[in-house]
Amino acid sequence: MNVLLDNFSLYGKGFLGTLELTLYAGVLALVGGVIIAGFRVSPVKALRVFGTTWVTVLRNTPLTLLFFAVLLGLPRFGLRLPFTTFAVLALACYTSAFICEAVRSGINTVPLGQGEAARSLGMTFIQTLNLVVLPQAGRAVISPIGSTLIALAKNSAIAGSFSVTELLGTYKPLNELGYSIIWSFIWIAVGYLIITLSISLLFNVLEKKMGVVR
Amino acid sequence: MDPLIVLSGVNKHFGQLHVLRDIDLTVGRGEVVVVIGPSGSGKSTLCRAINRLEPVESGTITIDGRPLPSEGKELAKLRADVGMVFQSFNLFAHKTVLQNVALAPVKVRGRSRADADKRARELLDRVGLLAHADKYPAQMSGGQQQRVAIARALAMDPKALLFDEPTSALDPEMINEVLEVMQQLARDGMTMVVVTHEMGFARSAANRVVFMADGLIVEDRVPEEFFTAPRSERAKDFLSKILHH
Repeated sequence: MNVLLDNFSLYGKGFLGTLELTLYAGVLALVGGVIIAGFRVSPVKALRVFGTTWVTVLRNTPLTLLFFAVLLGLPRFGLRLPFTTFAVLALACYTSAFICEAVRSGINTVPLGQGEAARSLGMTFIQTLNLVVLPQAGRAVISPIGSTLIALAKNSAIAGSFSVTELLGTYKPLNELGYSIIWSFIWIAVGYLIITLSISLLFNVLEKKMGVVR
Repeated sequence: MDPLIVLSGVNKHFGQLHVLRDIDLTVGRGEVVVVIGPSGSGKSTLCRAINRLEPVESGTITIDGRPLPSEGKELAKLRADVGMVFQSFNLFAHKTVLQNVALAPVKVRGRSRADADKRARELLDRVGLLAHADKYPAQMSGGQQQRVAIARALAMDPKALLFDEPTSALDPEMINEVLEVMQQLARDGMTMVVVTHEMGFARSAANRVVFMADGLIVEDRVPEEFFTAPRSERAKDFLSKILHH
């Protein structure tokens, strides 16, 4: 029990690290995922091919491998950023593929006629998507996006293996200091629960608010 | 006749099915052309090809002298000038009736919200639905939704209106309220291409009746002549099936 109180600042730093990774990567993944979903349904073939490739590659690569590729690969091309930034990028790209697919499945729930009506009124592809299709896809998309972001919070633990300060990594110094491993992990788990349950709660509220009358 | 919509040598396949075969059709400004024919004859595809909701494989389609552009901003600009009314209404489910009508004038034409709302209210009044302006489409009957859809198309001040079986999804008692709005538009001189099974409307409002079968235009004549003395066997057969019930 003392492990938390004795090491509160260590836990706090880890918790904030995980929160930071989740927040930044989550926002980037949401923006990127919606854009890639737009690519995948666009009338331009090159964009569709790009979107499909993006999703196929990222969704089927183990996240650890992606971390290696970003943290070890990009510096070889002269791109040197803080490890945390690299970790955010890796997590965001990986998660964006899942967000994209959730958004695309939401787009597919909107009747085809909605898009046709928008186009027949002279709306461009982007207007049709933003004004008519995506707002109606929203509700179907909320719950799977919530799950994806919860997975993101937990996936961020991998960053700990790459010298990024985050929650899971706090067990190493605690272990060396001789604290009970079980209690160290219990408090780590509580930290993750605070983040993931908050995400669930937020998305439950959103789901209730975004009902579309049909 | 001042030609507004001109199709020449238009062809389209759905897989093996040759759904439009060398279609030539000219619609003059202010003319009302009713397209009839058995299901699968290609009449809906013809209607949808005019604003390129269905791309065609060969032939040309011009609207007001300009050939139909392929995808992109140019096509969007042209579609803004050609209104379309669908069988299934396709009102935007997440917008109120007023927003449905005012959305495109603001976003596509760049009008101010106030102007667009004012005009939308006038049009809703014209189709008799001003009192329903703040409802959502799902709260209205089919006939009401279709009248809103017509108001939405009119809000763009289109050069022509396309109707793709506008009354086919309606309960019988709601068909007339929609046809009356269409009759009024025809009297006001709107250029209309109407795919329909409503023979009464064809007789009373159309300048010409185009009869299609198997992807071909079989007859293209004045309604009275077509209904009283069809030339082709195909049209005689079709009319005998629908008129004698």
